[in-house]
Amino acid sequence: MNAVARRIGLTGSFYSAVVVLVLFAAFPFYWMLITAFKTDGDLYNLQSIPYWFNAAPTLEHLDYLFNKTLFLRWLLNTAIIGVCVVAITLVVSLPAGYSLARMPGRSAENLGIGIFLTYLVPPTLLFLSLSRVISWLGLQDSIWSLVVVYPTFTIPFCTWLLMGFFKSIPREIDEAAIVDGCTMLGAFIKTILPLSLPAILTVVIFAFTLTMQEFVYALTFISSSDQKPVTLGVATDLVRGDVYYWGELMAAALITSVPVAIAYNLFLDRFISGITGGAVK
Amino acid sequence: MALVAANHIKKQFGDVLAVNDISLSVHDGEFLVLLGPSGCGKTTFLRILAGLEHQTSGDILIGGEVVNDVPPRARGIAMVFQSYGLYPHLTVANNIAFPLRTQNTPRAEIARKVEWATRLLSIDHLLNRKPRQLSGGERQRVALARALVREPTVFLLDEPLSNLDAKLRTSARNELKQFQQTVQTSTVYVTHDQVEAMGMGDRIAVIDHGRLRQIGTPTEIYDRPADEFVATFLGTPPMNLVERDGGSLGFRPEHFLPREMLKNGSALAEMPFRVERMEYLGSERVLYGTIEGMKAKRVVTAKLPAHAASDGIRAGDLHPFAVRASELHYFGRDGRRAEGGQGVLQ
Amino acid sequence: MTTIAETRRAVARRPRFLLDRAEVMGPMFIAPAILYVLVLVGLPFLLALYYGVSAYSIFDPSYRFVGLKNLDEVLESEIFWHTLWNTLLFTIGSQIIGLLLGKIGAMLLMKEFPGRGIARALVILPWAVPVSLATLAWKWMFDSLYSVINWTLVAAGLVDVANQPQWLGQQDLAFAAVMTVHAWRLFPFGVIIFLAGFASVPKDVLDAATVDGAGFWRRNYQIILPIIAPIVVIALIFGTVFTFTDLSVVYLLTMGGPMNSTQVLGSLAFQVGILSGDVAHGAVICLFMFPFLLVAVIALLRALRRREI
Repeated sequence: MNAVARRIGLTGSFYSAVVVLVLFAAFPFYWMLITAFKTDGDLYNLQSIPYWFNAAPTLEHLDYLFNKTLFLRWLLNTAIIGVCVVAITLVVSLPAGYSLARMPGRSAENLGIGIFLTYLVPPTLLFLSLSRVISWLGLQDSIWSLVVVYPTFTIPFCTWLLMGFFKSIPREIDEAAIVDGCTMLGAFIKTILPLSLPAILTVVIFAFTLTMQEFVYALTFISSSDQKPVTLGVATDLVRGDVYYWGELMAAALITSVPVAIAYNLFLDRFISGITGGAVK
Repeated sequence: MALVAANHIKKQFGDVLAVNDISLSVHDGEFLVLLGPSGCGKTTFLRILAGLEHQTSGDILIGGEVVNDVPPRARGIAMVFQSYGLYPHLTVANNIAFPLRTQNTPRAEIARKVEWATRLLSIDHLLNRKPRQLSGGERQRVALARALVREPTVFLLDEPLSNLDAKLRTSARNELKQFQQTVQTSTVYVTHDQVEAMGMGDRIAVIDHGRLRQIGTPTEIYDRPADEFVATFLGTPPMNLVERDGGSLGFRPEHFLPREMLKNGSALAEMPFRVERMEYLGSERVLYGTIEGMKAKRVVTAKLPAHAASDGIRAGDLHPFAVRASELHYFGRDGRRAEGGQGVLQ
Repeated sequence: MTTIAETRRAVARRPRFLLDRAEVMGPMFIAPAILYVLVLVGLPFLLALYYGVSAYSIFDPSYRFVGLKNLDEVLESEIFWHTLWNTLLFTIGSQIIGLLLGKIGAMLLMKEFPGRGIARALVILPWAVPVSLATLAWKWMFDSLYSVINWTLVAAGLVDVANQPQWLGQQDLAFAAVMTVHAWRLFPFGVIIFLAGFASVPKDVLDAATVDGAGFWRRNYQIILPIIAPIVVIALIFGTVFTFTDLSVVYLLTMGGPMNSTQVLGSLAFQVGILSGDVAHGAVICLFMFPFLLVAVIALLRALRRREI
């Protein structure tokens, strides 16, 4: 009898712990979700129970967001920036990762780690001087300033990721291609790249999400509303003076967060493997 | 004319001298084996021949021209790697066609050559498969076909049989040698397996710690080893070496026989053999023991046919054994072969 | 049929085979990446040093060299020390909480149970989602009037309606709020790292420990933890750097207030350097992050070297 009770007790506390943890993690998102669809009357009513709808759910915030703010424009900005940054990152990181993976000796490992370490240099250290550089280049207050600057953190991380991946491809394959008549570039393009599609996909996803998440550089370089990426626009423009348009804010946050969350969930293992330098598969 | 010549090749990796002054040449149509234990530098040397590594000093000549600064694809070589290096994303047909495509060979000729190579290696039924769908033996043949279509001056093979099951190796060995004799292309073959080397090589180059110990036909290597390393590396069980006058006296286990089996008049070196253990291996017996009266108690082996005429030898016995004088090898203090010396022990 | 030998002789006459030589192509492949990093990371860093010792501001962009005057002025500022202290506290505090929760979470999620996949996906959300958006959600949750947290506390009878905590308005509460958001953001990363770490411990090592009589806690602390230590250290360093240099959470939640009680180096640098236009002093504040970064980098290097490949 005691053993059974203990069992139930343990299982019970196990599941409660899980529930508490999940609630802690996910509640703000539930809050986002519900706020986005509650009427203003319901939201700003001290008498109503906040956990559920007291009036019928509404699409008015979404309507406002899409039709009366620059939300779509911000999404477009983010998309453009994302695509450009991913392109730049791929063009630079793919050969760099390959070269580092195939280079003989300790120097390659050190160089790879060195490049990776620049990922740790924070925007908050560089943003001040970079803002001056950006204004010299005449790119201030434009999405192109971000296209130029964002690769500074995507390139180090993706080069490191790719380096780890390319190392796992047996040397014999590109050596065979070299013996068979390819130049180093030819061997890379014809034999290594076709085998790297999963890694390339991972790089694309992570470069894109890293770009989407960034806030500091955007805040520093851009002030015109129509040039803002979505993380900046949502945080600054959905406010009038001291009044926050919470309904619209949460709707925008929700719409932007969902794709990123899905992407992360799908590519989690690759990411971890990348960060720990392949120590964990 | 020597098709491939290596002159005083040295290769340094940091402070490790992987290849230490090796000079050799490959004759037209020859099957030359580079034999040595793991890590002896034979694969490094092969890769230098291929152009995948650059030697620290020395020259490589192919067809009479110095090719030190010429990349692999322009050296006229073809290579089969230990794990075959097949392109996983291409079919067998495209794998074999790949080297022809990089040279911009016309389509019709590519098709013709692929057909020729696959027919020669009996893999024409596999053309549309991908490497992961093939067995080890099939992959090896695809790798050979890919090397073959380039019609190279010389084939370079890096332990191509080591990834095959032991059972498959014997038949693969036979097929490979026949293949080479059909296409008559010079071949340099790297292995650590002395049976493969003896069975396939026209000449064998024995390499140890980056140095070339001896190069010669299988008979020369086996019957007249140039030093103790070569002597003990070839032959199973290895040659017995006993101390004598600061150097060594060597005799192979199969020459170390009961005295009564060695009648016929030739000069004999007699050694009383105390048998400690006997292994019955089906086709032969291996006896382990010591020679009575030797200062140092070194374990010595004798290899006898399984059913020698009622010699009745058992473990624990002391039995007179002997070696024909002509089958004794003398090695000096430096380990190198020395000629002459007295035929008898003590 | 042209043999390779003939092609070879023709081709051997071409100059130098540049595209084949690894000594040439290797560096060429890496050059763009290195260039990018040097120009857009190295250069701004040097520039920050340069600004730090000048009297540069938006309103007076002169490059007068003033030596360590800016540094002195910053060091004399009370706000700066308070800020530095805050930054350290936030960083250390949220790492500890994040690690603890991460480990607990990993141990929970290691077991197979129905809905584990969903639980894991939900637990990752805080870390996966953009900082600014998540912070805004918390800001709404901490709202002075409509905070759902307060509503719940009142409904549970723990707090008086008239005395609801002003999460972002009172100094100590604001501090706790920022700490909570940081820890909330961090712990999923901890969960993932620990999960991956646990999975990477070779099973036979665990079995040997069990046969040797090691109980649950001993197995955990004496066997598993040492083995996964390098990975955990790497994660810890990442977390530390990102929290230490954070600007978004503080900027969006409290703007450093009330009364600089939640100010951190990042947000202070932004206020001084951008909002007030005092680039020189802002640069000094930015540069203060550097020594800590250096320590983190060296620690990371050591941990990376020790990882099992």
